[in-house]
Amino acid sequence: MEPHVIDAGLIDYTEALVLQKKLWSRVKDGAYPYALIVCQHSPVITLGRLANPRNILVGNAILDKRGIRVVSAERGGEVTYHGPGQLVAYPICNLEDFGKDLYCFLRFLEQLVLELLKDYGIDATRTAGSTGVWIKGMKIASIGIAVRQWICFHGLSICVEKEDLANFSLIRPCGMDIIMTSIESLSARRIPVEEVKRSFVKIFNRNIVVPNPV
Amino acid sequence: MTKIILPSLGEGIEKATVSYWFFKIGDIVKEKEDLVELTTDKATFNLPSPCSGKLAEIYLQEGDTATVGSELGGIE
Repeated sequence: MEPHVIDAGLIDYTEALVLQKKLWSRVKDGAYPYALIVCQHSPVITLGRLANPRNILVGNAILDKRGIRVVSAERGGEVTYHGPGQLVAYPICNLEDFGKDLYCFLRFLEQLVLELLKDYGIDATRTAGSTGVWIKGMKIASIGIAVRQWICFHGLSICVEKEDLANFSLIRPCGMDIIMTSIESLSARRIPVEEVKRSFVKIFNRNIVVPNPV
Repeated sequence: MTKIILPSLGEGIEKATVSYWFFKIGDIVKEKEDLVELTTDKATFNLPSPCSGKLAEIYLQEGDTATVGSELGGIE
């Protein structure tokens, strides 16, 4: 069985969550060994389970003016921003295939991003104790997952286009004073999100270990 | 009484915050039903009930920190 991959295009955050939950059920039922949704979101600030709302630095008037919604999410992690120009990937995986090890799975997600960035000549790294993908002290990819009955959903986001970064100034990303960067900022050329999306799917399919059907 | 224990969530993850109890004391729960949500810095994790029965004890409340192996409550 191949992993089930859905390109959801530009999709509202809450619609994508409904889709994730449908696929979560399908993975749980054994219909798919894994599933992956790749998409971009309409502008949205999401608050992880233990997020401090004070890490949104502006009021509703400014958010409304910029067309940014605020949504509470059941993932781990703090506050983050998603918008067009950013690749969002939701791998729905059974963590029993990762030894029921959340640490191992988070490192796996980082590895996918590191491989992707390497293809664009970007030599990014992990930072001990700060999940995500970093380069020269700046963050380029964020990760936050939820695990139910050992099957995960939510996932990761990768900043691709430079314009996408502006709205990060409205929050303290991950509750920290960090600078976000993007593939475009680092490679000094315009790279469409669609292209990065296709590369990410290839890397995911190459790295994921699909169990043989019983 | 069956203990509700925080299992190992992976290498290097030694503690998690109790973020939500899906049931209150006295409620009847089924085995494998989501019982309590735990949150680490980057993940939420729903701990399934180890057995069917009545949620008799809750030792760690929402907002409390649990270490791996610690007892969160009990089912009888």
